[in-house]
Formats: sequence, C-alpha cells, structure tokens
Amino acid sequence: MPGTFKHTFDTPVYKGTVEFPTGLYINGKWVDGGDGGFIDVINPTNGQLITRISEGTPSDIDTAVHFAQTAFDTVWGHNTPGDARGALLYKLAQLMEDNKDKLAAVEALDNGKTFGWAKKADLAMSIGTIRYYAGWADKISGSTIETSLDKIAYTTHEPLGVVGQIIPWNFPLMMLAWKFGPALAAGNCVILKPSEFTPLTALFAAQLCHEAGFPPGVVNVVNGYGSTVGNAIAHHPHIEKVAFTGSTLVGRKVLEAAAKTNLKETTLELGGKSPNIIYDDCDIEQALDWTIHGIFWNHGQACCAGSRIFVHAKIYDEFLQKFTERTKQVKLGDPFDPDTYQGPQVSQQQFDRIMSYIDSGKEQGATVHLGGERFGTSGFFIQPTIFTNVHADMKIVKEEIFGPVGVVIKFSSDDDVIRQANDTIYGLAAAIFSKNIDRALRTSQRLRAGTTWVNCANQLHPQIPFGGYKQSGIGRELGQYALEHYTTVKAVHINLGHTI
Amino acid sequence: MTVAVAEITVPTTGKKISVPTGLFINNKFVSSVDSPDKIDCVNPATEEFLASVVAGSAKDIDVAVAAAREAFNTTWGKHVSGFERSKLINKLADLIERDAEDLAALETLNNGKPLKIARDFDIGDSIGCLRYYAGWADKIVGQSIEIDPSTKFAFTKNEPIGVCGQIIPWNYPIQMWAWKVAPALAAGCTIVMKPSEFTPLTALKLSELIVEAGFPPGVVNTVPSLGSVGGAALSLHKGVDKVAFTGSTVTGRKIQKAAADSNLKKVSLELGGKSPHLIFESADLDQAANWAALGILYNTGQDCTAGSRLYVQESIHDKFVEILVGKAKELTVGDGFDEKVGGGPVVSKVQYDKVWSYIESGKQQGAKLVLGGEKRSSKGYYVDPTIFTNITPEMKIVQDEIFGPVLSVGKFKTEEEAIKLANDTTYGLAAGLHSNDANQCMRVANALDAGTVWVNQYNMLYNNVPFGGKKQSGIGRELGSHALDEYISVKAIQWNYGEKLEWPL
Repeated sequence: MPGTFKHTFDTPVYKGTVEFPTGLYINGKWVDGGDGGFIDVINPTNGQLITRISEGTPSDIDTAVHFAQTAFDTVWGHNTPGDARGALLYKLAQLMEDNKDKLAAVEALDNGKTFGWAKKADLAMSIGTIRYYAGWADKISGSTIETSLDKIAYTTHEPLGVVGQIIPWNFPLMMLAWKFGPALAAGNCVILKPSEFTPLTALFAAQLCHEAGFPPGVVNVVNGYGSTVGNAIAHHPHIEKVAFTGSTLVGRKVLEAAAKTNLKETTLELGGKSPNIIYDDCDIEQALDWTIHGIFWNHGQACCAGSRIFVHAKIYDEFLQKFTERTKQVKLGDPFDPDTYQGPQVSQQQFDRIMSYIDSGKEQGATVHLGGERFGTSGFFIQPTIFTNVHADMKIVKEEIFGPVGVVIKFSSDDDVIRQANDTIYGLAAAIFSKNIDRALRTSQRLRAGTTWVNCANQLHPQIPFGGYKQSGIGRELGQYALEHYTTVKAVHINLGHTI
Repeated sequence: MTVAVAEITVPTTGKKISVPTGLFINNKFVSSVDSPDKIDCVNPATEEFLASVVAGSAKDIDVAVAAAREAFNTTWGKHVSGFERSKLINKLADLIERDAEDLAALETLNNGKPLKIARDFDIGDSIGCLRYYAGWADKIVGQSIEIDPSTKFAFTKNEPIGVCGQIIPWNYPIQMWAWKVAPALAAGCTIVMKPSEFTPLTALKLSELIVEAGFPPGVVNTVPSLGSVGGAALSLHKGVDKVAFTGSTVTGRKIQKAAADSNLKKVSLELGGKSPHLIFESADLDQAANWAALGILYNTGQDCTAGSRLYVQESIHDKFVEILVGKAKELTVGDGFDEKVGGGPVVSKVQYDKVWSYIESGKQQGAKLVLGGEKRSSKGYYVDPTIFTNITPEMKIVQDEIFGPVLSVGKFKTEEEAIKLANDTTYGLAAGLHSNDANQCMRVANALDAGTVWVNQYNMLYNNVPFGGKKQSGIGRELGSHALDEYISVKAIQWNYGEKLEWPL
C-alpha cells in the first residue's frame, strides 16, 4: 500500500498542511514500487529526512508504457479533440493556482529554495506555462500544399504517442510544467521521472492531474534513480520520444540509448557556462543587480546561470568593488525566513561537487575574492563566491559548477570578449549590458547562444523559446517551438485523377 | 444617472431575470445623451412585449467611441499584455458558463429559438469561441526577418487595429456577439458593439459580465440602436478604425461605402447567402436528407449559410424529395420553452411578412409546393417548413435570400450541370455536397465558389475553422486564426545598427 506524505508547516511565511500520496502514479492509480523499495527525501536545510517515497523500477516503466499506450490508442491522442485537452490543462492550471502556497512550501522544503522565490518565480512560471499550452491544444494545424492540378496534399501534425520525460532537481515543479504543457497539449501520453532528490512537488502535481480529470494512463509519474528508471525510459522500445533536462554527461547517455534502441526522438536541455558581458557604457547599477540575479538566483543552480562575468577594463575596479559589496548583502538562511535570499544547495552530493570546484580554483591559482567556504554548520549551505585572476584553462572557468560561484574576467575589446564568450563547448545563454543598444545587438548577433539577454538576465517566459546551441542541448522548450518536438508530421497525398 | 433595469419572467420557471436597459459605456449603464427614444423588444412566439431599452443616437455613438479610444490609449491596446487579455477573456467565458441558464432563457424569449438549442449550441459554442481566442491572445507573434545580419534586421509587430465598431444581427445574438468580441479583444482592440435592434437583451446582459470579469472601462461598449442610426454612425465615424458587420448584403454595401466616404476604415463583412446543397446519386440518402433538413430548418432557416437551394441528381430526385418531406414533418415547431420543440418562430413581424411574401411569390411564379405554405391562425410569427420543387433559375425564391424555412428544390443530370447551377448566384458563402464517390467529392469541392464547402454534412462550424464568404457574401474571415488578421495591423520595424550612409549619394 503506497504511503502518504502529510506535513504541517508553521513558519513565518507560510502556515498550512499538505497531504499527498508518495507511491508511483500509474494509470490513474497510486501503487507501490515494483521491488517494494523506497527513496529517502532529505531536507537540504538541515540534512534530515523529510519522508520516504516509493522507488520505481524498470518493470514499473514497462507497466506505465503499457497503460500509456492503451490510453493513447483509446482515450487520448486523436480520441480527445484539442479543445478538450486544453480544457483539462486549464483545469490543472487552476488547481495549481488554488494550491499555490502549498506547492511553494513543499518546493522550498524539498529543494531548499526560499518560499518567496518558489512562489514568485517557480509557481508563477509553472502555472503560466500550463495555461499557455492549454491555449495551444486546439491550434496545432498543418498546411495544405499546392503542387499539381490533379493532387490535393496536406500535412497533419500528430502526437508521437508515449513520451518519456526526465527532469532535474533545480526547478522541480517548473520543469514538470515545461514538459507536461506541450506534450499533453499535442495529445501525447507522458511518463515522467522526477529527480530522486526532489520528488515531492511532482507527486503533489500528479494528484492535481488526477483531480483535473486526465483519463487514466495519460499522465504517469514514476520516481526512481537515473541509472534504473531513467535508463529504462531512454532505452524503452515503445517510448517514442524522450525529453531530458540535466547534465551534459547524462544527456549524452540518453542520446546514445536512443540511438541503440528505437531511434526515439530526443530533446536535451543540458548544461551551460553562460557569459555575462558588462560593457563600459552600461547602466552600472542595473548591470550589478542583474549580475547578482544571473549567478546567485536559485543558489547558482540554473543551467543558464551567468557564471562567467566579463567586465570591461574601464569599469572593472568600480564594478568589482560594488559587485562584492552587493554579494556580501546576499543573505543566507532558512528558506522559510522572509529575509533569506539564498537557501542551501540541494544535496550533499552537490555540496561536495561545488566545494571541490572551489578547491580546484584555489589550487589552480585563482584568487578567492569573496566567499569560498561552507556557510554554517548544518545543511548544504555555501557562501556566495567570487573568483578573480582566472585563466581560460582553469576548471572553474571551463566547467559548469552549478553553484553560487562566479568568475570575473577583465576584457578591453569587443572582438576579444565575444571570442572568449564563445570559447566554450556550451551555448545555452548569454547576457549583454550596454546602454548602446546597437553595440548590444551586434554582440548578440555574434554570440553562439540559444538565448541572449540584453540588459537583463535569467528571464524566462512561457511564450519565448529556450534551449541550447552546441553541447548545451538539442531542441527548444517553451513557445510554439516546443510543440514541434511533441508532434510528428504526416503528409497526405490525394490523387484526383492521375492514372499510371 | 441610473437607468431602469427590466425584470423579465421566464415562463416555465417563473424566475425573474434582470436586464439592464441603458447604454453600456465605460462599464456603466447610462441614458442617451440627447434622445428619449426607446426600442421595444417582443417575444416572437407570443407577440408579447418583453422590455424597452434605450435606443442610442449618433451622439451616443460619439461618447462610446471616445470611451473606447481612451481605453485603447491607456488601459488596453499596447498597454495590456497578451497574457492578461487571455486571463480576462477566459474569465468572461467562465462567467457565461455560470449564467448559461439565464442567458439561454433570455435568448429564447427575445429570439424564439428553442431553449435547449440556445443553451447547448449557441451558448456552448460561444463559450468555446471565447476560450479559443483567449488561447490566442498571448500567441500573436510577428516575424524577425534577416536582411544583413552584421548591420541590420527587421521585425514585424502585429499591433491591434484600434477602436472597432461591431454590428451584429438577430439570428444568433449571443453567438454573433462572441464571434466578434473574442478575436477583437484577443488582438488588443477596443469595441463599440451595436447589437440588433430586434435582439439587444442578451448583449446588455453580457455587458454586466464584462464588468464582473474585470475588463477596464471602455474596452467593451454596447449601444443598442437602429441600424440606420447607430450602425450608420459607426460606419461613418472618423474615430473608428475598423467596422465588422454581419447582416444583409444590402446593408453591407452601405457600410463599405460609408467607410470609403469617411476615413477608409478597415471593413469586414459577413453577408447573405443562397447556398447550394447538392445530392449526388451515390449519397447515403437517409443521411443526406437529415443534413438537408438541418440545412434549411436549423434556426428556422434564419442562417446566412442556410442550404436554401437543393439540387438533387435526377435519378434519385423523387425518392429523395419524399424522404426529405418526411424528415421535415418530424420537426416540431413551436414555443422555445416547450421541451418537445426543435424549431421556433421567425424573429419578428417584419421577417414574418418578408418570408410569407416569398412563399406567395413561389406559388405565383409556378413552383410546386410539396410541403407547407399555409399560415397558422394562432399567435406567434410562425412559418412552418416549406418545400418547393420544379424550380427554375429566374424565380425569386431561387435567386433571393429568403432567410426562413423555405427550400427550393431542383434537379440535375451531370456533375458539371450541378456545379454550374450551384455557382449561378451572386453569393458565395457556403455549399454542401453528398456523395460516396471520394474523387467526385474532391472535384466538386474544388469547383464550388463558396467560402465553406461541407462534404457529407452541413451547417457544422467549429471555432478553429475559418468561415466567410466569397463574392457578394462578404469580405474577410471569422473564426480560426484568420479572424485575428481582421483585428491586427502589421508594423514592420526596420532596425539599423551598423550601416552608415554616405552622403551625397
């Protein structure tokens, strides 16, 4: 019998109780994991156990695929018209809206981000994304194409079938919304594997999907480990498409698995080492605020974090001094304290990894301008850290750290900074600060990045596509563009009279 | 100054529905600024008085246009995001769904159509229409266009046209309201709506929901008025950027002329039709008869797309007519509040007289009456299903739009003859064909000059499929993504960030 997570919050920013099942959600039912196993869910603020959830296995994925395929063939896909699919998504969005505070509280508890940020960023974007795709569900049209007089040809954009979705722990609910929205709007059935580090809001959301009335088998949520459940999804011969967000290392494995099995359509949202270019003619106060947001938002745990901060020589000293002052004001603390900006990193593993990068920076001769140590004595907190005097071949300059660690690099020529900015295997995003819009646009045009932010950073909207160049990924999420990856094209030729 | 609220009683339940009777401007119901005139609303099933509403004057139109302009410049237009518009339109849809019973009762009282049809179809589809366009509001994208990437680029913005005058008819009061309001609001336009002087009640009731949904004042304004007063004023108004009209071709012509004479405002027109309905010998006759009956009897034939000219292949003509007459007889026509009833009266005395005069002309010009043709002696503007056969092209009942449940049936030998007969009209709104030969269906659908061609069905419209007329049936399209084009004006922004101009050239 699958368990239930029940928790009462009594915090300065939120008081209330949440309750939802912790089993696997397959075919409209909550079930135990195939081997009866459990995964511990740890609170990163204090390292203690929050609860245990059911652990899925590869055989649970087989089961989910079976039911999802049946649902696709009988009640979903072409069996439910677009406006009806849209209505269910709107209902889900409304239920998320109604439970906004509860969801934000669970997210803060499980991930460590502050309740305030969870509500204002994660929840707002999640609800907005589901609403946005609800509106697309009945607008996915093909074309009619004129060729010769004796033929009528048209295309239809059809759902793929059963899709597998593997999401990370940095924005758990938001990543679920980015995946569910286009997939369900287009008529696919989904099997989602949340991160084993942050499964709770996905379980809450599964309950809301059930309440919204999605037919059994359309939405399935199977918690488990990447090496078992994630691996099973990537290899499954009857999953038509896999969408993965996570590290480039694992993304490579997912793509490889697809190639080895059924050539399933694969989209990847991977890592980044995004440049933040601060020109000498920027609005320096604004540039400073956006730079803080670019690297310290979500504790640096954002694929598009502006982690390489390039500052023009003419303003370098002033910028660095003010950036340091502002960073010192970043308050670390309990996610449920209204004054906290930065909570803990998500797990022991991440904590260790980031600290090891910081150590490598020290070893390779970079200057720790600020921070560089653990914060506090319990929980996975790391001080906001700034490195200076770095070289291009240092690990902290080349590799994605995924923590509150920025490297600051001085430059003096536009051509040179653009060259340095592009000198990376990644290409997810970039930010450019300059009051001279023409200079910013010329720079934007030359940057090899999927998103360029001019005089802002880390801005996401459901309508605007997001994704990576180079090894930051394949495909785009958000906007109309995401729908392309959840539909496949059929061309129909109707012969009106050509005989052979 | 508060304006009277009418209390209208629903006959079956005794429930009283309150309907504001003033002009709806800036989110308030007001009197006319300069006219004491009223419009009387009548129940066409009983000929009884329902309520009086304020009749807007040309000056009232000025006030409404000014309110719409102010809103467009401050709280709507470019000052509201697509996301916000989407939320408000969805909220409006939710409120209409909440109040569907009351709105359906009002629609039946004022228009005569059966209550269950008003509720499930008119209102059901209207809610769907609003939700469909709510979904578009944050998806109206332009293009970015490559010129020379190192120096310049261009992009387009799909800007709202501005203040839109919308003039709607009496045959589907709520649904025509939704078809107009939804895309206009989604695109960011503000509206001065002139509902039909025969059926203004639901438009006024819906205006209350505009306020409740949270639209800023001036975004939607409702001015019931005579066509020759309010409609003319909107068409001539220099402060109106676009007029959208659904109604007769005669009036449509006047509106386009007024647009040309004033400020060349953009015009879209949904006008009349004399839509051909073709039955080929391979058709499933029973099904085809069902669709043919629907095509002329739905909404008591008061439908711009009514399949009012039926052409049947000679080999099956007599048999088909017999089946069709049987189908028509199965329809119960009566008071819309009667559960058994599938069709109501025509909307007004004016329409009643008009339709009966066409029936008389059919008789006089020698068409053969195989069903109907006799007036009822009881109260109500009733026209029972009427079918003429043995028609010839020059008969008035074959050429003119009757807008009632009067069908003219002719015959043809070959496919080519059918197409020729079908296209022999100044109209081009819709057409239907029934055949089990897929190639024939494709050929004929390709050859028909109509904005909508129905294959093996009739009269089915969907919010995501465009609808409109060819030839003198209209200009522009409603429904689908195409409707948005009618409310959008494209701006191309050409941005130079690197070209230096040499002077002199």
